[in-house]
Amino acid sequence: MADSPSASRPLSPHLGIYRKMLTMMMSIVHRITGAALYFGTLLLAWWLIAAASGAEVYEVFSAHAGSWYGRIVLFGYTWALIHHMLGGLRHLVWDMGKGFNLRLVEWMARATVAGSVILTLVVWVIAYQMMGAL
Amino acid sequence: MVELALPKNSRVKKGKTHPGPKDAKNVRKFHVYRWNPDDGENPSIDTYDVDLDSCGPMVLDALIKIKNEIDATLTFRRSCREGICGSCAMNIDGTNTLACTKGIDEVKGDVKIYPLPHMPVVKDLVPDLTNFYAQHASIEPWLQTKTVEPEKEWKQSPEDREKLDGLYECILCACCSTSCPSYWWNGDRYLGPAVLLQAYRWLIDSRDEATGERLDNLEDPFRLYRCHTIMNCAKACPKGLNPAKAIAEIKKMMVERRV
Repeated sequence: MADSPSASRPLSPHLGIYRKMLTMMMSIVHRITGAALYFGTLLLAWWLIAAASGAEVYEVFSAHAGSWYGRIVLFGYTWALIHHMLGGLRHLVWDMGKGFNLRLVEWMARATVAGSVILTLVVWVIAYQMMGAL
Repeated sequence: MVELALPKNSRVKKGKTHPGPKDAKNVRKFHVYRWNPDDGENPSIDTYDVDLDSCGPMVLDALIKIKNEIDATLTFRRSCREGICGSCAMNIDGTNTLACTKGIDEVKGDVKIYPLPHMPVVKDLVPDLTNFYAQHASIEPWLQTKTVEPEKEWKQSPEDREKLDGLYECILCACCSTSCPSYWWNGDRYLGPAVLLQAYRWLIDSRDEATGERLDNLEDPFRLYRCHTIMNCAKACPKGLNPAKAIAEIKKMMVERRV
């Protein structure tokens, strides 16, 4: 035996070999969208500060937000917000000690993915309608 | 801490290939994680051709066949071969389970076998479970009482006994704990699903009188609250138990005792 067997022992493979299951991916995506929302909040702050700072400053914000790349970011922000919100609702159900049946867990994961995409599209369709673009 | 990459000494290399008999018609490839503490080499994946026509139906049957007929150096734990001892827990086809209750026919294509994930390896498929057992001991998994001992046994109503169903069946195989990403990253401080399920088994035992102390011991950002309901534990459990639900019940008890 070596002097310190535990120190020389290799660590068995983990994330790289574990099967990628939807429920596990949902947890990771919940983390990522949560982090993305910090960034989104900065955009929100920029919008409010620009609005409070007068027409010229607001014009700069407006040009960025209305550009093609601005719309992509805003679309992503909308999706992240809705996905994280639906994920939060799932966690609320779990925190009440409900929804642990494995079939239900799978169903809730799929519903979160589908719901986030559908609701994001709904928000954008309504937004474009309000702008009179549709 | 989250460390996605394996340490240098743990990176897995390509290993040896052991072809099976030439006349075999029903051959399945088994890719098995190997590590020998005595040769100073990195772990590797060895490939074995197993003739299923002369092999039992379970993954454990194939491992025993490999050890008996192809490569006697292959090391793994096994005992009861019927899913009650928990010794042959390992990662098969990407999920943790018992080799003795996992049918070879449940796996499509080649069979990939690794030790339980994110654990120090003693040899080949044998992980070091010292920390896991120490964590189990830390929740004091035995009946604790304060009232005077009754003359005969501690009695329990059938309804209270029913609350232990889905908990007492746990065989401590560690499939759930080592499937949990939270346990991978914080296994030194987070107790993990198996131990928390055991903790809950004593928390809701109507005969146990140390409920408050048990909850005090668990009320910690790491020991209990590293559970983020990822659900790998319940999906992995070879006994069909639901550690995630047990942990949620503990979290509820924490809230309820404050109001």
